[in-house]
Amino acid sequence: MPGAKLVLRDVRKSFGAQEVLRGIDMQIAAGEMVCLIGASGSGKSTLLRCINQLEPIDDGTVLLDGEDISEPGRDLAAIRQRIGIVFQSYNLFPHMTALENVMLAPRRVLGQTDTAAAERLFQQFGLDAHMSKYPDQLSGGQQQRVAIVRALAMQPEIMLFDEITAALDPELVGEVLEVLRRLRSGGMTMVLATHEMGFARELSDRICFMDGGVIVEEGAPKQIFTAPQVPRTQAFLRSVLR
Amino acid sequence: MNRRQAYEAAERRRSLIVAVLSTAVVAAGLILLVPLAPGWPAVRASFFDGGIFVDTFPTLLRAFAIDVMIFAWSVPLICATGLAIALARGARSPALFPLRIAGAVYVDVFRGVPVVLTIYLIGFGVPGLGLPRPWNSPYIWGTVALVLTYSAYIAEVLRSGIESVHESQRNAAICLGLSERDTMRYVILPQAIRRVVPANMNMLVALQKDVALLSFIGPVEILRQAGIYKSLLANFTPYVVAAVIFLAVTVPATRYADHLLNRDRNARR
Amino acid sequence: MWKYLSSQAIAAVLIAGSAAAQCAADKTLTEGKLTIATGNPAYYPWVIDDAPESGQGFEAAVAYALAERMGFDAGDVIWTRTSFDQAIQPGAKDFDLNLQQFSITEERDKVVDFSTPYYTAPMAVLVRGGGDVSADLDSLRQLRWGVMATTTALPVVMQTIAPATGPLVYDDNVNVVEAMKAGQVDAALFDLPTALYLAAAVLEGGQVLGQFSADQTENPDRFGMLMTEGNPLKACVDEALAALAADGALAEIEATWLQEATGVPLIK
Repeated sequence: MPGAKLVLRDVRKSFGAQEVLRGIDMQIAAGEMVCLIGASGSGKSTLLRCINQLEPIDDGTVLLDGEDISEPGRDLAAIRQRIGIVFQSYNLFPHMTALENVMLAPRRVLGQTDTAAAERLFQQFGLDAHMSKYPDQLSGGQQQRVAIVRALAMQPEIMLFDEITAALDPELVGEVLEVLRRLRSGGMTMVLATHEMGFARELSDRICFMDGGVIVEEGAPKQIFTAPQVPRTQAFLRSVLR
Repeated sequence: MNRRQAYEAAERRRSLIVAVLSTAVVAAGLILLVPLAPGWPAVRASFFDGGIFVDTFPTLLRAFAIDVMIFAWSVPLICATGLAIALARGARSPALFPLRIAGAVYVDVFRGVPVVLTIYLIGFGVPGLGLPRPWNSPYIWGTVALVLTYSAYIAEVLRSGIESVHESQRNAAICLGLSERDTMRYVILPQAIRRVVPANMNMLVALQKDVALLSFIGPVEILRQAGIYKSLLANFTPYVVAAVIFLAVTVPATRYADHLLNRDRNARR
Repeated sequence: MWKYLSSQAIAAVLIAGSAAAQCAADKTLTEGKLTIATGNPAYYPWVIDDAPESGQGFEAAVAYALAERMGFDAGDVIWTRTSFDQAIQPGAKDFDLNLQQFSITEERDKVVDFSTPYYTAPMAVLVRGGGDVSADLDSLRQLRWGVMATTTALPVVMQTIAPATGPLVYDDNVNVVEAMKAGQVDAALFDLPTALYLAAAVLEGGQVLGQFSADQTENPDRFGMLMTEGNPLKACVDEALAALAADGALAEIEATWLQEATGVPLIK
């Protein structure tokens, strides 16, 4: 895939004696949406954290626009501006209002004091009524949407989503997935770790099934969900799609 | 009022009556029994002489102003130094390793040495090196001693506050591209400081009392003034006056700290 | 127990046999013994080497002379130590007499009993290398003063000298000296014997600038032996002290231990 936005080559990561990623190879094109599926502990979250260098990788390379961003000693802050990430537990800053949460990084990193762009994002995702509220005054779904807006405010080239609906009450999942749908239609390059199989099947370009720290099988959603080739994929899908 | 509410109201009334009665019994016991002790008249004359109380109160109150003054200029210095030490102790960069060690030694030494000893050593020792007036003032060096001791305590409290902020907050900030420095300043510290305010309030109450230890190196603040009166009048009542003045300040402050602590605990539940 | 003590008392009286001994009988803490308190530590020249048992030093010597007049053997004198606070606190005391340069004042006399004075101490000014200060009140007023909290020096500083800046006050004469070394204090006021001792042995470059004559200060510093309020022993102590003064024994002790006190200029 020439000109791939993001390339992972033989990425390896261990925590102590436990090898969590055992050689991941992956290419993601600009505008592509890739879903990582697999059981808890299969390495999905770690893989996302290794892409934006929150976890330094032990071996292998991560290329962003052909540039090696996994080289030890690089200025990681500059890289992380280009790759946004949203976590399962929102991680909003509790001592700041929603707008302050969103404006902190643009203000400190980009020197951008004008809040107009941030306010547009709030409007775009139906959050304009909540800009001056504190996180503990917002529902889980609202908090997660603010967290997404916060990441978007840095105008990242790629967005990573780590199980962002897993901590939500079922009735709040929809509003967050709706945000993702909009991003998708806007052409954002996205990598998601998710348990929302229906959503993954409906929207993604490609599904990667992970197990034991490797990508066991990957392919178009239709192929993976209807005709998985590998027995481990079949077993996993049977257990979650029942 | 439903049945449950009626029952609870009756229960409340009953507890109130019991509490009032038991308090009255204890108070009456103290008031009636203590004066029966054979030494009571002597104790009363030595500690609770009304005339001496009234005579010494104004001067002691004026002397207390010195305590308040020392306290007032010590607090900002203590907070700033404590913050610097806490940050030094948390420094991650290997280049700052010496700073980390220095911070650890500082905290161990000044928490380990009794305040009085630090006050003597710094208050007499440093000016003894030959500093000219007014730089050898016991007010300056006594304050330095208080700052050294209390900033060590505050640093530890702050550090525990910094460590209590969940790692995910730091990750979220880092992932937005914030520098370590900005992450500490805008994300970690505001949360950490908010959490340790109640603990630090208790620290400040303790400081308010320890300010009186500066009297060992000369300043005539309230405790010393009370000691002078005690010596002149051969009576301990001035100390009781001093205690009353201290309590008038420290009790509300302690209550306020407890209030903050409780509010914090409820908020986190 | 009581019977045993009484028979002991009678035996003691019989052995001692003097009128004073009969005076003190039944009036001391331990029958037949005289318990005397001093400071902790006790300083030169009042007690030499902090060892009152030796009888060396002015107050130690006075104590033994007094005990003898009251009919106690030297071996019957028991020494104990108290702070100033312990001496004036209410309740039972563990001494018969307490002598550690307690100045007799009207206020103190309401709480405890004092013997008649055994020494009248002039107040003296201690300075460090005081070549540039003259011994007159005008120049003394410009100095930064240090005094000990438990002495009557503070009222003298405030009333007689009235310095321009408030004095610094310390617990202990060692701390006053320390503050002088640190340059925080220019001058300190002590009773003359203490000032002489500090100048000679403790404060490097120390010098006694001058002394106040007894009539210059409102109350001359008269040292008395402290006893509990209403102690019946007081009469016996006063009687013995009067005898010591009358036959010159007290003056002789003073000449032995406090002789340096002469020759210090008067402050005008």
